[in-house]
Amino acid sequence: MAIKDYLRERFFPHMWCPGCGHGTILNSLLRAIEDLGLSKSNIVMTSGIGCSARISGYVDFHSLHTLHGRALAFATGVKLSKPELTVIVPMGDGDALAIGGNHFIHAARRNIDITAIVMNNRIYGMTGGQFSPLSGPGKKATTAPYMTIDNEFDVVELAKAAGATFVARSTAYHCQEATGYLKQAILHKGFSVVEILSQCPTHYGRKNKEGDAAAMLEIQRDTTARIGSKALDENPGLIPRGIFVDIEKPEYCEEYGKIIERATKRKAS
Amino acid sequence: MSEKLMFVQGNEACVQGALYAGVDFFAGYPITPSTEIAELLAAKLPEKGGKFIQMEDEIASMCAIIGASLTGHKVMTATSGPGFSLKQEAIGYACMAEIPCVIVDVQRGGPSTGNPTHVSQGDINQARWGTHGDHGIIALTASNHQDVFRITVDAFNLAETYRTPVVLLFDEVIGHMRERLVVPEPGALPIVDRLRTSVPKDVDYHPYLPREDGRLPMSDFGGHHRYNVTGLFHDMWGFPSNNPSVVQELLRHLVDKIDTNVDVITRYKEHYLDDAEYILVSYGSSARSAIHLAKNRRQKGERLGVLELQSIWPFPAELVRARCADAKAVVVVEMNMGQVLTQVKAAVDHPNRVFLANRIDGKLITPSDIKGLLRVIQGKGV
Repeated sequence: MAIKDYLRERFFPHMWCPGCGHGTILNSLLRAIEDLGLSKSNIVMTSGIGCSARISGYVDFHSLHTLHGRALAFATGVKLSKPELTVIVPMGDGDALAIGGNHFIHAARRNIDITAIVMNNRIYGMTGGQFSPLSGPGKKATTAPYMTIDNEFDVVELAKAAGATFVARSTAYHCQEATGYLKQAILHKGFSVVEILSQCPTHYGRKNKEGDAAAMLEIQRDTTARIGSKALDENPGLIPRGIFVDIEKPEYCEEYGKIIERATKRKAS
Repeated sequence: MSEKLMFVQGNEACVQGALYAGVDFFAGYPITPSTEIAELLAAKLPEKGGKFIQMEDEIASMCAIIGASLTGHKVMTATSGPGFSLKQEAIGYACMAEIPCVIVDVQRGGPSTGNPTHVSQGDINQARWGTHGDHGIIALTASNHQDVFRITVDAFNLAETYRTPVVLLFDEVIGHMRERLVVPEPGALPIVDRLRTSVPKDVDYHPYLPREDGRLPMSDFGGHHRYNVTGLFHDMWGFPSNNPSVVQELLRHLVDKIDTNVDVITRYKEHYLDDAEYILVSYGSSARSAIHLAKNRRQKGERLGVLELQSIWPFPAELVRARCADAKAVVVVEMNMGQVLTQVKAAVDHPNRVFLANRIDGKLITPSDIKGLLRVIQGKGV
């Protein structure tokens, strides 16, 4: 199938700014789904609120565009009630880890078979450029006119600690690498998190003098390195990319299936 | 299968009603005084292949049942005051996206943490206006366990019929009191199942295009039809729109689909009402005291009756006006500062004849509390 067969052209033009990284991430995701040969009718995409969340409307899957921060809670209801569905949840950094932080850690703890994608542009774009819990200190934003003093989360470390059984990081620049990680994340049985660094030239880039979209993509190239690479060994300050966790653990819906077996047996006896 | 006799808490009567109506997904979070509903469904749902999940918070519970409703399940959550507050944004989402679901609020004293283990009826207005923006909502209640059972079945039926969240406004006394319950045989009460679209595969399905009768057939997530569901104003495809005519038409639809059906939705009971000079309007556990008083005063020849409301929203204003038209005085009996009183005053021809008998101290209002006020109104002193 051509990529456009996965899109709802009725929804276009999309609302992302010129140079936004989110369209590239959508491309990486659709290529992953195409490579896996998944049926469109078997996929539910659930999203919250924000620039990233608009992805769910653009794709020709079952799509559930919900409340700010709550996408994983809605997705948990979808998945547990119909475990045969493939559930994919794209989120922004504020959506996933500020207002939605509690749902993020608990979905990871349960190890429910959902693929969470954190499209991290380190800013609240839709509301006009406020700092997010992933901006980190020393940054400029409309709500930090002097500079941010808030520390940032490390999505990978947080997901690992919370119990996610597949955790990876890539960037919009490394779009083919991202496709590979997304394929593995979707196939993974359990809660998987893929953080993909994205660029917001309109708000983050302009305020923090990172240049245009092309310059910001170069920053993604130059400030990250694959885990196990010589570059990372020599420059431990670089942001590591790669698969950080890929383990097997009991998956929530399968475990609940065993509860049903136990309960129906008890009832019958 | 025959009917089943039980001696249970109101919370269990609600669970039995939900199971009878076909609930097969529940998400919840522990909160007094509704927790027994979650505990019982944790045991009973998997026995019939249903799903129970204890979520990380009240908000997540509300969101999870909406997700599960979209895959074609009958869903419920249960909570009390603080949790009901937290769920409000997602209740508004269910109103906007027209997702059938049932929310039980076993009321306790508020505001804030308030009086968790004691009775109140302070959430009447929150059930109506807790979420932001204009919308229609259905809220039902009951004063005894047989009615709790039946009204719970009704809640599921109305949720499916009107594609709307339905709130069950019980209270701590009803929730925790034990009483006789007869669970009718399957088939004895009507059950409304999900109305699914007849649009075949590969033919465009419009999730928000009403049929001739105004109903909106649904299509389960995971089925043939892939469509968008959003909390934004949307067109018949479910696509976001800020086109003024789309916005206006949808908002009117959300309000009208409930309000124009007030007569169909209204549930009530009359006790000694035919020739009543004095009328007590009440609901939930406070109606028990009102009915008790009316029964006693009738034996003494006093013409006292009770109009027991079992649907609070949409408010049955015409019913209240008609029944109270000839009354010398109307006393609204409730455990709040007059939330239904305001509605009754607005409904009747003579609002100056409407009085409030209330308790707000966490104790169940008693027949003598009501009698004391009635004597004052009747000019008999205290």
